[in-house]
Amino acid sequence: MGEPFPAFTPVTLLTGFLGSGKTTLLKRLLTDPALAGCAVLINEFGEVGLDHYLLERIDETMVLLQSGCLCCTVRGELSEAIRDLHSKRERGVVPPFDRIVIESTGLADPFPVLSTLKADPVLRHHFKASGVVTTVDVVNADAQLVGYRESVRQVAIADVVVLTKTDISDPAQTELVKEMVRSINPDAPILQSVDGDLAIGILMDPTTLTRSDALQSPGGFYCDEGWVGPTALGHADRIRSFVLVFDGAVDWTTFGVWLTMLLNRHGDRILRVKGILNIEGEEFPVAIHAVQHLVHPPVHMRSWSDREQRSRIVFIVDGIDCSAIEQSFKTFHNIADATPSQEWEPSLV
Amino acid sequence: MCSLCGILGGNEHWADAVARPGVYTRAANGIDRRRERARRVVIANRILGHFALTISDWQGTKYLLSTRTGKTEIIDDLGHLWPAAERLAGRPIDPLDSVLITRIKAESRG
Repeated sequence: MGEPFPAFTPVTLLTGFLGSGKTTLLKRLLTDPALAGCAVLINEFGEVGLDHYLLERIDETMVLLQSGCLCCTVRGELSEAIRDLHSKRERGVVPPFDRIVIESTGLADPFPVLSTLKADPVLRHHFKASGVVTTVDVVNADAQLVGYRESVRQVAIADVVVLTKTDISDPAQTELVKEMVRSINPDAPILQSVDGDLAIGILMDPTTLTRSDALQSPGGFYCDEGWVGPTALGHADRIRSFVLVFDGAVDWTTFGVWLTMLLNRHGDRILRVKGILNIEGEEFPVAIHAVQHLVHPPVHMRSWSDREQRSRIVFIVDGIDCSAIEQSFKTFHNIADATPSQEWEPSLV
Repeated sequence: MCSLCGILGGNEHWADAVARPGVYTRAANGIDRRRERARRVVIANRILGHFALTISDWQGTKYLLSTRTGKTEIIDDLGHLWPAAERLAGRPIDPLDSVLITRIKAESRG
């Protein structure tokens, strides 16, 4: 008997500031045959008719577990809604679906949505986060990105940014907004919703091996020259991105200790970590990808690109000194150098 | 320990990812997993020592985090280590703290 459903149903989060065109984009996506088996969860009913798709409304309740574990911030109503959909699918009450798209409210912090999938013991065995798509309205983006922290954070955690309303904006404004987006999130592909061939594949499944391939490709890693700099916006002292480029091999154990320690203390201000590591003792590169406190399983990549084999880690941080992270990374790396790797020998017990 | 994670036999931390296609892990087999856990204990203790804490492996499944006075917590993985360590130490454990960086550098040289 074949597998009726995918082992892990991908869940895509569609976010973007108020009025940035999330629902319009969603409506358009749902007309694509590729998304025929898609369930949709929305925070508030939009004006579009979604009758022929699975549709659930979710309200806002947040559950913070009394565990001291920062990753376990669960949106109770979201967890319940997805569990309910899962149960109905298993029982054949609703048509089978192979993907969920969650449209968040314009002011929602996207992180708890992602952590819900990881922290809920049922959901994490059946669903996986499949990326964040953020819509940016080019007509209003400059004011929103300067004036609203939520807007900047939504762009910062995006896997793909979709520019909307480019058809009613002049090209210079569109270019300006592109620069603003790149200055916040230099690694995310920027698409335009008016493009006739808007790639559903990139929008819907950017977090798996597809992204690794993109990171490997010569043009896929936009800031591999060690781009460091303030944003082009008025909040240069807050959200900024930079690339940590490291020549030597990274000690995986020490890196794990360091990154967990860093995210525990500063995860709410480290919006994104994504990169490729040259790990000591391994012939292949490893891609890492984290959103605030949440780190996705490291991806084993097939090979290095011909260009270079240096470790490159993109950080998007909110109010943290870039040089402090670099200094810390290098200091911890030296711990590994000073720690013999053979302090433990396997023995029979 | 996270109350939810305990229900179904533990959270899967990214540094302990199970072997499956496409996922990088050092837990591919028993020996690798034990070697990685042992080395993790050594590295973590280099940091925890600055806060009068120690960590040790317990049966290859948990870790014991202890103060010098013997107060001990059982933790599952690196995700739980640092919140627990901060609780036991009674202060933040910040890898960006310049004082900590200086002390680690001095120790690495010495």
